[in-house]
Amino acid sequence: MSGLAAGIRLAHFGKKVCIFERHNAVGGLNSFYSIAGRKYDVGLHAMTNYVRPGVKGTPLTKLLRQLRIDREEFALCEQKQSRVAFGPRGETSLRFTNDFAVFESEVARTFPAQIDGFRKLVQLIRSYDDVSLDAKPESARTVVRLHLTDPLLEDMLFCPVMYYGSAQEHDMEFGQFVIMFKALFLEGFARPFEGVRVILRVLQEKYRQAGGERRMKCGVRQIVSRGDKVDRLVLDSGEEITATHVLSSIGAPETFGLCASGGQIGSEKPGAQPGLRHSPGRHSFVETITVLNRQPAALGWGDDTIVFFNDSSRFDYACPTAPVDPRSGVICIPNNFDYGPDHVLPEGIFRVTCLADPAHWFGLPEADYRAEKARWFGTIHTSARRFLPPSDPAAFAAATVATDMFTPRTITKFTGHLNGAIYGAPVKVRDGRTPFSNLYLCGTDQGFLGIVGAMLSGISMANYHVLTR
Amino acid sequence: MTKDECKQVVLTIIADIAPDEDLSNVKPDVRLRDQLQLDSMDFLDIVMELRKRHGIEVPEADYMQLASLDSCAEYLTPKFNALAGKQ
Repeated sequence: MSGLAAGIRLAHFGKKVCIFERHNAVGGLNSFYSIAGRKYDVGLHAMTNYVRPGVKGTPLTKLLRQLRIDREEFALCEQKQSRVAFGPRGETSLRFTNDFAVFESEVARTFPAQIDGFRKLVQLIRSYDDVSLDAKPESARTVVRLHLTDPLLEDMLFCPVMYYGSAQEHDMEFGQFVIMFKALFLEGFARPFEGVRVILRVLQEKYRQAGGERRMKCGVRQIVSRGDKVDRLVLDSGEEITATHVLSSIGAPETFGLCASGGQIGSEKPGAQPGLRHSPGRHSFVETITVLNRQPAALGWGDDTIVFFNDSSRFDYACPTAPVDPRSGVICIPNNFDYGPDHVLPEGIFRVTCLADPAHWFGLPEADYRAEKARWFGTIHTSARRFLPPSDPAAFAAATVATDMFTPRTITKFTGHLNGAIYGAPVKVRDGRTPFSNLYLCGTDQGFLGIVGAMLSGISMANYHVLTR
Repeated sequence: MTKDECKQVVLTIIADIAPDEDLSNVKPDVRLRDQLQLDSMDFLDIVMELRKRHGIEVPEADYMQLASLDSCAEYLTPKFNALAGKQ
């Protein structure tokens, strides 16, 4: 997605652009697939950063302007409500919508002693310059603790923010926390009726209209350098491509893996960013997808769009010691966006995401892999259902018409991201620079998060490194 | 090209870059930034659209000349006319 956004900018301003994609579908980590005629979204639970028409100066508005997209083209529909639910039965629950006042009043009601600190924190977040490309890194936990003293509230803020974007375990960089807090709470969630493919369709069409070229099922095998410059790309077919500039959206360690000797070439040079030597993120995710022959509302689940849950005394965002950590996770019910009276998704969809240990999933022989998926599917559902209104498990089972599940292994197979690390490397390269003067990173390892962030990353890197030169 | 025509060229570009802005009452002597919500990314786009559509180059040192419609016209009209003279 970041690559498409960069491509649109560059092609619009007359650059000759070609996008090479190894997969047969566009979108990378935000894409979709079909099984038995059903289309499933990957990545997208919700588009974050939603603001209503007329609100300006936010990431969504910037992206629409920069890509010359009319907001009607995305046809975004707002969430109904989401929740952060903590405790063995979700006893402490904070509801939020696209109206921040709802969340603020929930915090005030549930944590009266914390509300002043919370308001000060929000003020700091609002005024923080999160798009600066050279901000100095600081710990988000440390900054948040200057304002909040109740660890439960602290964890309830970190849970959604980390699940929707943190490549780092336990803590995150404050700038990244700010980006995600704004994206989730100060802005909000929305989704096109037809999901992520609407967004991809618009991007592809803009790119095509601008004169961009694209080659599918056409991976880059090697990046060959000469001195401090990339000299050429070698494709899977052996074909060689030369270019004045190369933007890589595959991730930092993945990009360096392609560089000539396969190692960390160039990263020892003076001025090289230490972040480039970092390995990919350690943790990944599994997600269960259940298709129902009725609307989730018929099971009593008609209100919640997204539920972030945790059953333990502290929220532990880390690579689990077990294959999956079902103690916490994210429930997404795409039916519960407000699509308007005439638009109802034809089937019910119920998705649950939990933290997973990539090493376990990569090591399994095929037969065991399938068995493990089946085993964890049930465990994850049992855990997640505790945080939704009670409903009859037999009715849920009877309504289920199809299921699917992705694991870290699926992510790496289709996107090439090492370790199935959806959020990339823990250390981001904000200015996108690499040791090569004409090779830049965009996308997840540049560090603007979420779908809107991915697109803004491509835009910023194209502007900064190519168009303004 | 007259200065008024030049202002219209700039307004047309802004309308394409920022279709969500109301341009019906833009005051020519007030900074664009003070009456419209335009950030540095948008100003960069004005410069790049001038180059793409009209072949006009605005070096970075001159970006402040684009502050208001009046200053745009002052600065850009001679450039448009010089370009027309060459053709």
